[in-house]
Amino acid sequence: MAKPVYPYIPNSEPAQKQRLLDGIGIDSVEDIYAEIPDHLRFKGRMNLPEPLLSEYAMKRHVLQILAKNRNCRDNLNFLGGGTWQHHVPSVCDTIIGRDEFLSAYVGDAYSDHGKFQALFEYASMMGELVGMDVVATPTYDWANAAAFCARMASRKNGRAEVVMASTTSPSRLMVIENYLKPRISLVQVAHDPETGALDLEDLRSKVSDATAAVYFENPSFLGFIEMQGAAIAEIAHAAGAELIVGVDPSSLGVLSAPASYGADYVCGDVQPFGIHMQWGAGLSGFMATRDEPDYVAEYPNLLFGITTTTKEGEYGFGEVFYERTSYATREEGKDFVGTTTALYGIIAGVYLALMGPQGMRELGEGIMQRAAYAIDVLDDIPGVQTPRFKSPVFKEFVVNFDGTNRSVRDINKALLDHGVFGGHDLSRDFPELGQSALYCVTEVHTQADIDALATALRAVTA
Amino acid sequence: MATVKVRRNFQQARWDEPIIYDMSVPGVRGILPPPVERAVVDRVGDVVGELGSMLRRELPNLPEVSQKHVLMHWIHLSQETMGANLTNDISEGTCTMKYNPRVNEDLVGEPDFADLHPHQDDDTVQGILQIYHAFEQMLKEVSGMDRFTLQPSGGNHAVFTAASIARAYHAARGEGDQRDETITTIFSHPCDAAAPATAGYKIITLPPDENGIPDLDALRAAVSNRTAAIFMTNPEDVGIFNPRVDEFVRIVHEAGGLAFYDQANANAFLGVARAKESGFDMCHFNVHKTFSTPHASGGPATGAFGCIEALAKYLPTPTVEFDGTRYFLDHDRPETIGKVKDFYGNANNVLRAYAWTMMLGADGLREVADISVLNNNYLEKKLLTVPGLTSAYQGNGIRRQEQVRYSWQTLKDDTGIGTDEVNRRLIDFGIASYWTSHHPWIIPEPMTLEPCETYSVEDLDEYYEALSQVSEESYRDPDFVKEAPYASSSHRRNDEAALDDPKRWAMTWRAYKRKQEV
Repeated sequence: MAKPVYPYIPNSEPAQKQRLLDGIGIDSVEDIYAEIPDHLRFKGRMNLPEPLLSEYAMKRHVLQILAKNRNCRDNLNFLGGGTWQHHVPSVCDTIIGRDEFLSAYVGDAYSDHGKFQALFEYASMMGELVGMDVVATPTYDWANAAAFCARMASRKNGRAEVVMASTTSPSRLMVIENYLKPRISLVQVAHDPETGALDLEDLRSKVSDATAAVYFENPSFLGFIEMQGAAIAEIAHAAGAELIVGVDPSSLGVLSAPASYGADYVCGDVQPFGIHMQWGAGLSGFMATRDEPDYVAEYPNLLFGITTTTKEGEYGFGEVFYERTSYATREEGKDFVGTTTALYGIIAGVYLALMGPQGMRELGEGIMQRAAYAIDVLDDIPGVQTPRFKSPVFKEFVVNFDGTNRSVRDINKALLDHGVFGGHDLSRDFPELGQSALYCVTEVHTQADIDALATALRAVTA
Repeated sequence: MATVKVRRNFQQARWDEPIIYDMSVPGVRGILPPPVERAVVDRVGDVVGELGSMLRRELPNLPEVSQKHVLMHWIHLSQETMGANLTNDISEGTCTMKYNPRVNEDLVGEPDFADLHPHQDDDTVQGILQIYHAFEQMLKEVSGMDRFTLQPSGGNHAVFTAASIARAYHAARGEGDQRDETITTIFSHPCDAAAPATAGYKIITLPPDENGIPDLDALRAAVSNRTAAIFMTNPEDVGIFNPRVDEFVRIVHEAGGLAFYDQANANAFLGVARAKESGFDMCHFNVHKTFSTPHASGGPATGAFGCIEALAKYLPTPTVEFDGTRYFLDHDRPETIGKVKDFYGNANNVLRAYAWTMMLGADGLREVADISVLNNNYLEKKLLTVPGLTSAYQGNGIRRQEQVRYSWQTLKDDTGIGTDEVNRRLIDFGIASYWTSHHPWIIPEPMTLEPCETYSVEDLDEYYEALSQVSEESYRDPDFVKEAPYASSSHRRNDEAALDDPKRWAMTWRAYKRKQEV
C-alpha cells in the first residue's frame, strides 16, 4: 500500500515533502537526525495498534469503546464529592467549542485581547461572588488552589504549620499534603461528631505562633454548612494566622461570601459553572485575596489586569507584577506557573453572566430545597438515617445505612440495576461514620428523580 | 502549487467590546434555573432561613444580561483571540501549536464521556478506563518507560510530580535529607528549576558550552552526594540535540541521583529517539503539544508522566490496571507520593490523544517527526537570509531539530527595532504573537519558532515573507514599526508601569472602579 497522505500533515504529500528537502538541500531527513548518535536512536518500528486512518473508522472505534460506559444522562446520578452534576447551559458549550479560545495559548493581549478580557471578566465576577478584589488566573483544581493559598500564607508570615479541618476532602488533602512537603506541616482539628462543625476548643489548642493558616471548607466535604465562620476567623487572626476558606461557589447565591466572615484567602472549584463532569476532567481551581501588595506579591499564578492603550477610551490588558512568577525568575519565583485551566475560567465567566444575581440565588435556594426534600424522604426508609449531621446542608448530605445491615458497596451495586448511581461510599475514608454515603442533589434533580431514588433504595434495602 | 498569501490587508475583529458589567440592566435574565416543584417547597419549608448568620444578605453583584447579549459578547471576545486553528501559529515555539482535530471535540462532547462522574463504580466506566490503559501502552512504546500516570494536568505539573517522586525515592533510601539539590540547565524550561524548588530542592543551573549544549564539565563539578536528580530537556529551546545526553545521565547516576527527561516537546522524536535509550529514569510528554490536544488558552492540559519500573511504586494514586477481563482503579498503593490532582487527570485530553494516535499509528507518528524537522530546517534556511536576523549559535555546524531560537539583536543594533516591536508588527499580518524566550534572555532579542507538521510549505513561505517585510520596514521606517500593531483588536498599551503599581493595577472590575474613584 502506498504511504498515506495524512490529513493533519499537509507536507506528507510527496511533492510537498520534496520541496522541503530541495529547499534545505538534503536528500533525506536522516541528514538532520544524523545529529543524534546512533546508540541513542530508537531502532525499528514502534509497536502501536494499526492505525484507523479515516475519521469515520476512528470515530466508530472510539464510540464503541465509550459505549461500555454508563453515563449520568441515562442513569440517575447522586454522586458528588468534588465533581458535581449541574446543568451546562448551551451558551457555555458554544463558547467552549470556539476554535479561537480552544486553540489559543500564551499570546500577549495584542493577538489575544479577547482572551485577556474574558479572563479579566471571570476574575471580576468571581471576586464579587467571594467578596475579594483579586482573583488569579485558574489553577489545576481546588486542591491545587488550597495548597497554593497555604504556601502563600506561609511565605507571607514566615510560619510553617497549617491547621486544617478534619472534614476536609480526603483526596484533596492528599494533593495538599504533597504540595506542602517538606517545609510545611499539617495539623488536623477535630469536629463535633453531632454537627460536623469545627471543634473550636480543639482549634484554640492547635493554633499558635507557628500557625501560618487555618483552612476549612464551606460547605464541607461532608455537605454540612460550617456556621462558625466568624468565630474561626477570630481564633485564627488572634494567633496571627491567615484564614483560608475553600468553597463550592455554586452555594454563594445563598451563602455568605467568605470574605464577609473573615477569610483572607478564598479558593474552590468552578466546575459547577458550565463545565461537564468528564470523569473528573472538569476541575478548575480559583484563588482570591484582598488587593494588598503583600498578598499579591505571593501569588504564583499569572494575574491579568485592565489598563489603557494609546487609543483613548479603549481598554487594554496585560500581566500584573510578572516578576513574581517562575516564568520570570525560575526557582526564585513563587512556586511554579504553567498551563492550568484557563478555558474553564472563561466558561465560568460565561456561566455567571448568564445566571446573574437572581439566577445564583434561585440556583442555591432550589438546590437547598431539593436536598432537604431528599433528606426527608430518604430518612423515612427503614434502616436509613439522614442527615447524619445536625447542621444545615447545601447540596450534599451523609446518609447512614447501618440500620439496613447492608454495606454501601452492596447497596450501590444493587442500585445500578435500578439505573441509579448511589452516593459516594465514605466507609473507607470516614470509618467512624459506619456504612455511610455522601449523596448529592442539584438543580438537575426533579421531585420524581428523588422519589425514584427513594423507591429504589427501599427495594434494595428491604 | 497554492499561492503564498501574505495578509497585508488583514484586520482582526475590533468590536470595541465593553466590559460585561457595562452591559448590565437590572432585572434582565440570561437563563432561568429549573423551578422547584410546589410539593417540594411546601414540604421542606424555609430552608434558607436555617442559614442564620451564614445567609447571604445582599445578592452578588453579577451582571444582568440577556442570553443573546451574553452569547454575542463572548463570541466577540473569541473573535478578538488568535487561536492556532485559525492562524499561522508557527509563532509559539516550544509550544508545538498543532491542529486540534475537530472530531476529537465531538468525542469529548459525547454523553458517554462528558456525563461521567469520577466516583462511578469501575464497572460503569470500563470504556474510559480502557482508553486510559490503551493510551498508557502507547506512551510506554513512544518513550521506552515502564509505567505512566495521566494525573498531572500540565507540563509543570508533571515536572512537579517527578520532583515529588525523586523526594520519595531518596527518602525511602534514607537519603532524603542529604540529597537536597537538583540540577537543571539554563535552556531548560523554567519549571525544571521552579517545580523542584517548590518540592523543597536547592537548584543548580548549568550554563551552555560554546556550541549551545549544556556544559559537561559544569555538570561534573555540580554533582555530589547532595544530588537528588537532574531535570533536563533535549534538545533544549535552542533546538540543538545534546549528543552526550547519555553521559549526563551516567554522571548523575554515578553520583546516586535520578535523571528526568523533560519531553514537553517531543515532536521531533516520535519513533526516532526515546528516553529509554538515553538512560533516563523518568520523562514526561505534554499531551497538549506532541499529542495534539488543545492548548485551550492555557489549559486544561495533560502532562503524561512516565518512569522506570523501580519508581512505579511511587506513582500518584490511583493507577489504571487491567486483569485480563476488567479494567479497574488501583488505590492500594502504599508507597505512593499521594495525589497531584483530585481524581484522575484530564480525561478529555487522554481521550483526544488516544483518538489522534489511533489515526496515525507508528508510521504516522514517525511522519509527524520527519515533517517537523524538515519544516524547521526549511524555514530556518530561508529566515537566516532576512536582514537583521540571526540564530543562537549560528554557524556551529549542528543542524537544528524541531525548533530554532533566533535573535533580532542585529536588527536592534541597526535600526533600534527589537523583538518586542517585531512581534507587535507581525500581528498586523494575521499571525499570532510569537514566543520570544523564557527569562533570562541568554540569547538577546529572542524569537523562538516551531513549524510543526501542521504547517504547509505555503505557511512556511508566508511566515518568511511576513518577517521579511517587517525587517524591511524596520530599516526603512522604524518609527512606523514602533507604533504597531495597527490591525489588532486593541492598540499598544501606553503605560506598562501601571501593571506593576499597586495603586493602579486592577485584576477585577470592582478594584478598577474603586481605584478610578480615588
